[in-house]
Amino acid sequence: MAHHAPSATATLDAPRTGTWDGGNEPFKASYGKLMMWFFLLSDAFTFAAFLTTYGFIRHKHEVFAGPGKFFASTRWWPVPDQVFNAFPGLHGVDLPLAFVALMTMILIFSSVTMVLAVEAGHRMDKADVQKWLLWTILFGATFLGSQAWEWTHFIHGTEKGLTMADGSVVHGANLAVNQYGPVLFADLFFFITGFHGTHVFSGVCLLIWCFIATTNGTFHKRGHYEMVEKIGLYWHFVDLVWVFVFTFFYLV
Amino acid sequence: MDTNKPNLSPAVDAQGGIGAVPVPHTEHADHLHHDEHDHEHHDQHWLWKYVFSQDHKMIARQFLITGMLWAIIGGTLSSLFRLQLGWPEATLDWLKPLLGHWIDAGKLNPEFYLALVTMHGTIMVFFVLTAGLSGTFSNFLIPLQVGARDMASGFMNMLSYWFFFLSSVVMFWSLFLETGPASAGWTIYPPLSALPQAMPGSGAGMTMWLVSMALFIVSQLLGGVNYVTTVINLRTRGMSMSKLPLTIWAFFLTAILGILSFPVLFSAALLLIFDRSFGTSFFLSDIYIAGQALSNQGGSPVLFQHLFWFLGHPEVYIVIMPAMGMVSEVLATNARKPIFGYRAMIGSLIGISLLSFVVWAHHMFVTGMNPFLGSVFMFLTLIIAVPSGVKVFNWLATLWRGNIRFSAAMLFAIGFVSLFISGGLTGIILGNATLDIQMHNTYFVVAHFHLVMGSSAFFGLFCGVYHWFPKMFGRMMDEKLGYIHFWLTFAGVYLVFMPMHYVGIAGFPRRYYAWTGFDAFSQFADMNKFISVAAILAFFAQFVFVFNFFYSIFRGRRATENPWNSTTLEWTTPIEPGHGNWPGEIPAVYRWPYDYSKPGSEADFIPQTVPYSQTQSSNLPYEQEVVD
Repeated sequence: MAHHAPSATATLDAPRTGTWDGGNEPFKASYGKLMMWFFLLSDAFTFAAFLTTYGFIRHKHEVFAGPGKFFASTRWWPVPDQVFNAFPGLHGVDLPLAFVALMTMILIFSSVTMVLAVEAGHRMDKADVQKWLLWTILFGATFLGSQAWEWTHFIHGTEKGLTMADGSVVHGANLAVNQYGPVLFADLFFFITGFHGTHVFSGVCLLIWCFIATTNGTFHKRGHYEMVEKIGLYWHFVDLVWVFVFTFFYLV
Repeated sequence: MDTNKPNLSPAVDAQGGIGAVPVPHTEHADHLHHDEHDHEHHDQHWLWKYVFSQDHKMIARQFLITGMLWAIIGGTLSSLFRLQLGWPEATLDWLKPLLGHWIDAGKLNPEFYLALVTMHGTIMVFFVLTAGLSGTFSNFLIPLQVGARDMASGFMNMLSYWFFFLSSVVMFWSLFLETGPASAGWTIYPPLSALPQAMPGSGAGMTMWLVSMALFIVSQLLGGVNYVTTVINLRTRGMSMSKLPLTIWAFFLTAILGILSFPVLFSAALLLIFDRSFGTSFFLSDIYIAGQALSNQGGSPVLFQHLFWFLGHPEVYIVIMPAMGMVSEVLATNARKPIFGYRAMIGSLIGISLLSFVVWAHHMFVTGMNPFLGSVFMFLTLIIAVPSGVKVFNWLATLWRGNIRFSAAMLFAIGFVSLFISGGLTGIILGNATLDIQMHNTYFVVAHFHLVMGSSAFFGLFCGVYHWFPKMFGRMMDEKLGYIHFWLTFAGVYLVFMPMHYVGIAGFPRRYYAWTGFDAFSQFADMNKFISVAAILAFFAQFVFVFNFFYSIFRGRRATENPWNSTTLEWTTPIEPGHGNWPGEIPAVYRWPYDYSKPGSEADFIPQTVPYSQTQSSNLPYEQEVVD
């Protein structure tokens, strides 16, 4: 029955020492890293619940069945291409999803710089860790700024607005009115992108703290940059969540 | 700190455990270490030792005592509404000093009645049977039984308790609001919970309920990641996953369930807060209230139920699985037999954990969901009977021809099995959509879940406290009082919930404040009175336990190191383990935790710390080879 790795052998008076036999880190990860993984698993369920809510409510709404071209109405779900088609500085130009695609690219780039910071940490290269953390912070902050612009645009709306049944015209959106479609579309937009944005914001705060600690040499004295790695895990997770938000909110 | 001390080899420790009498010098050495350990910590301020402690044993005691306080409050609330149900015409003016304006013209205020059932459910499910049960025993037993100095992160563990404490304060505070605490039932279904104007209890009380639960979920998360990582990374040498006591397997899987299901309740609570306070309509649509149409359109209250029960169903296993683990341990120890089907027990725990995530909609058969979907959930629900059945048969087989010691803990463990069978059988009835549609929202459901997860989990909790009290407080609880407590509680529980099945089948609806106006139900006046008398007596019987508990902390008979002649690691620590648990090196583990009455062995138990080289006479052939 000695089917385990060679290290799993034991004698009559010595305990077994295989990967899962105790006194060991079976996933080759410290408890802190494991905790981060389990936290992220938990957080994934939070986001999954929100996206499920989005799908559930979206499919409770009527589908536009014509005749003619699609037009915005509070009765059916809007087409994202027509909602998110503005770009800063390019007033009146129809650029479907261009800005949000740029935001997504920025966030994905921040993941790349995060990986480089972690890699520099493995090399114990303090200067490089600082450099790449700074880039990550910059990209993260840019993403948040872009989101702020997008929210502002979404809230202000277009000149045309939406003419309601009673003849009044609604411009933009908030939690109670929405020119782009059903109010719940705006509710969900603010809620889900807001919840994600809060995560990015916390991530940026953590990265800034991490940068300060790196600059002070805290991690260097400790002999490892595992903290950068743990916050990196969080950062990649937040990026990954954005990919899902982007897919469900903007693409499908 | 102990590097310069003579190292107690695990083998010496273990020999102390092999015979009934521990080897004297080992015990002496332990005391020596223990005393020195105490001296080290004498200058520790009481605030850090007892209040903001990072020692898992102190945190466990904090969870236990907070849970007990909550249980007394939760039980008192149930006694109050049982008064109303048992004697609907009686004058309750004598309660005015306690309840103030909630007694209205000699009657319990109807809105307050709803608040009572809501808070009773919330308190018992979350604060007592989640925090009080797994908070206590996961904290206490995981490091001790896997052989760790403490939890992975003592600091986060401390935060876990204090978030629970904060959550408790908010919930307790809400009891004293003028408009009363949350009143929409412990499941807080919208629209009742989403519209502050719906009833007094939907106002500030509901907001505080949600805030309290959000804090509670943070506490669960901090505790849960700690429990899981401790079990994965901090097991002592030799403690493979297949040598873990079943308690640890149960706590481990419970923590995973918590990590994966509570965040969904968090999402639901957050969405509900937005509906309540910021005018969104995630769960609201087409509502008239007080003759006025609300503008909320497009949301769905059924969506809330899906989100709620995605937590809510695993939650009942979060409540029951720690109890199952402790009962397995106590049954084997006190039957002096190995647990029957150790691997099947682990397998069934894993099976229950997996299934618990895919059965939630069986709470929603009457929401108008697609009947086909209903039949899928019914099918999955009934499959849970298989792992549950495996567990019950294994417990019974463990008792079979055992050399049973009827300690108080053992009685509660056997009581648990009895209640789990009785309550589980009605679960098979309710799991059928066709039958559930008839029984839904009757007392049959109330009786079912009070037996199978309420009372059972309480029995598991008592079983755990009686069994591990010596390790927690260094003293023994009084056995005679334990017997009195057991028989009063055991009889009480059946006297309360058996008749409740009967009125439930007859259609008696739950959550009704005034039922005397219905001809169909007025014939149950005597039955209700009977249930109320039994419930109130059973509640007061718990004070035998409370007295025994606090009396024994100070005056109980002093415990020995291993009073139950048990095999697991926690009994190799000093009588009152200090911070760090073992004074010397942490012992290594060589064998599974259930070597009781092993043929060929002189002693009727062999601790996990005894290597096979010392038990040649009882080794099985494959153990002799030690290649496993």
